[in-house]
Amino acid sequence: MSSRPSRATAVIELRGVTRSYGERVALDQVDLDVGAAETLVVFGPNGAGKSTLLRILATLLRPHAGTVRVLGRELPRDGYAVRGQVGFLGHEPLLYRELTGRENLRFHARLHGVPNGRIAELLERTGLTHRADEPVHALSRGLVQRFAVCRAVLHDPALLLLDEPRANLDPGSIDLVEPLIGRASGRTRVVTSHDPVGGLEEADQVLGLRAGRAEITGTATADELGALYR
Amino acid sequence: MRHAVGALLRKDLRAELRTLESIPAMTLFAVTTFVLFHFGLDRNSLDGDLAGGVLWVTLLFAAVLGQNRLFVAEQEQGGFDGFLLAPVDRTALFVAKAIALFAFLVVVEVVAIPAFAILLLGPDLLDPLPGLIAVLLLADAGIAIVGTLVAGIAIRTRARDLIGPLLTLPLLVPVVLAASEATAPLLAEAGASGPPGRWLAILAIYDLTIGLVAYGVFDFLLED
Repeated sequence: MSSRPSRATAVIELRGVTRSYGERVALDQVDLDVGAAETLVVFGPNGAGKSTLLRILATLLRPHAGTVRVLGRELPRDGYAVRGQVGFLGHEPLLYRELTGRENLRFHARLHGVPNGRIAELLERTGLTHRADEPVHALSRGLVQRFAVCRAVLHDPALLLLDEPRANLDPGSIDLVEPLIGRASGRTRVVTSHDPVGGLEEADQVLGLRAGRAEITGTATADELGALYR
Repeated sequence: MRHAVGALLRKDLRAELRTLESIPAMTLFAVTTFVLFHFGLDRNSLDGDLAGGVLWVTLLFAAVLGQNRLFVAEQEQGGFDGFLLAPVDRTALFVAKAIALFAFLVVVEVVAIPAFAILLLGPDLLDPLPGLIAVLLLADAGIAIVGTLVAGIAIRTRARDLIGPLLTLPLLVPVVLAASEATAPLLAEAGASGPPGRWLAILAIYDLTIGLVAYGVFDFLLED
């Protein structure tokens, strides 16, 4: 793993970020810097605050305390300017079940002002062209996840926020989507993972969360990350 | 914003065409209610105030059925997140949903109004039809605006099926009142040639006022 990036090149800067759901504190005083084209892998047991962190970075949630800067903009104030540059792949595919994969991508392309040619390119690259006109509810979870990857990168975002992005994908599918959402994409990435060994392989730095607190930042061994789950 | 409204509207209409979740239910409800009134009032025909009241209360409840489904896909299939991740004016969602509900109401009325005329209405409907269409369009606009605003509030609550009607019905009292008053002379035995301008003006002013309020506050409803 490389050393932490300087603040001057940081794509993501968090200082004392706190977020609660009622009485429960989901994120507690989290600090973070992620540089351009770097990959931050976030580890932690269920409920540790990983998804909350991603949703704050995606402008979908407001922090209750602390400051968040993404791509040089302060959130939530400048959320409008950040949204078009962020690709978000969460637990839900954000696809309408009654529409086909192609119709879903067209819908998101129009929202992002992306030409239809980009849809055809992504369908080709992810091997989905021949399944693109089937309704999403008729597709397997793996295929839906591949469409969700297409949706997340449709607008060629500078920053990718990926919540267990390889869930439901077989090895062949992972190979197909890796150039789009993997390290080879060249994008700045925040990836959540429950796999210390696999996660460390793609990480420039790690963040280990437990009960909303950052217990590990920067570098760690697989054993140290594994201890988060015990 | 035009592109976002167009994309959302196209998506909603396509989904409705495929699932037929809202329009058939709203239409069936309206027609069934007319049948119930036909037997419940024990009268072969209605006219004037009573006809106007029966028509608008029925259409209002049919609209509430459609309103309750308006944001379900957004809530259950991640549509809110997908939309909020796009660099578009959030009010586009309100505008698109209001237009969709307005369109649903128009389609329902294409079936429901002839059914009303056959099952309940005494006077002939053809002469006052242009005036009735004007009233329908103005009232539908008000119903669509209020319905969309309330549906946007209710969908984020656990008791959305209760909150929706409870908030909608009081807010639509002015619409039902003005629409009934405007419709009554059209449906009278000695039918007027056009609806009273005063009530049409009240409907238009209400639409404009509630439309501006909804436009102003909808953005905040989408905040977490």
